[in-house]
Amino acid sequence: MAMLLGKKVGMTRVYDEAGKLVPATVVQAGPCVVTQIKSIESDGYNAVQIGFDDMKPSRRKKPMIGHSHKASTVPKRFVREIRFPDKSVPEANLGDSMTVADFSDIQRVDVVGTSKGKGFAGVMKRHGFGGFPASHGCERKHRAPGSIASHCSNAGTGPGPKKGKRMAGHMGAVRVTSKNLALLSVDPERNLLVVKGVVPGAAGSYCVVKSAK
Amino acid sequence: MKTELLEAVAGKSLKKDIPYFEIGDTVDVHCRIQEGNKVRTQIFSGTVISRKGRGINEMFTVRRIVNNEGVERIFPIHSPNVLDVVATRSGKARRAKLYFLRDRSGKATRLPQRHSKHTIAR
Repeated sequence: MAMLLGKKVGMTRVYDEAGKLVPATVVQAGPCVVTQIKSIESDGYNAVQIGFDDMKPSRRKKPMIGHSHKASTVPKRFVREIRFPDKSVPEANLGDSMTVADFSDIQRVDVVGTSKGKGFAGVMKRHGFGGFPASHGCERKHRAPGSIASHCSNAGTGPGPKKGKRMAGHMGAVRVTSKNLALLSVDPERNLLVVKGVVPGAAGSYCVVKSAK
Repeated sequence: MKTELLEAVAGKSLKKDIPYFEIGDTVDVHCRIQEGNKVRTQIFSGTVISRKGRGINEMFTVRRIVNNEGVERIFPIHSPNVLDVVATRSGKARRAKLYFLRDRSGKATRLPQRHSKHTIAR
């Protein structure tokens, strides 16, 4: 499975073969460096740790500098693991570089990112509730959630509303996976992946691009 | 940095040489139209009343009168379906957007002719 760490650059549009204008998200992915190889013997599972986006060694604490030094590289801002099944041994060496070239024959990808934070949002925005009429005598409750429980609906099962009742609260800024997005093009020169549609997060935020299952 | 990368991606969809025309020109727009399996070329002719946007988002508007009814079509200049834009008559226009033509009818919709080198007489 191909996997790379990247940064969302932004969105634009491109023409496909049929001459249709399709929305595209540009992700600057890699080059990623293999910073650690985990094995069943030493760590209990097989994985390869990769890092993306160099940072100044002076900004990192010494253990982290030493960790990346083992892979003869500088500390990375964004580090993630690629898990391998227990039986297979990952074919990677410390300090190996991974680039978008791995994606050259891949058609569809999953992109994992952190969605934009929306703050404390009401139920209409957060859960798509319908709200109440703007007029016809409706007063001071146009975007209210309505009744959250009753003795009847909960059948006297206990105090308070049901667990998981959808209410207002913090929205966004969570891990989101956009699945099965078409990979429109790969630019090995600029380390770019062009993905059809939208990718979670703001421009400049980190994301993980994997080949779709 | 960000814009450069985005332009590099969108730049691959841009046409190398886009035909030259000006606001107020009467143009023939050659559009590629797919009907089932057949591909044919349709010509939409009218006056260019606006041109806006940059890069891949650049669009131009062509207005003509069909059966006493104004018809406007907006074309993306870089679309592969816009095969060619041929300027056939140059019109004198003193502004960049000729939206005032929408309020006119009959003979008043014609712009005074300007003799220009880029037009190709039909």
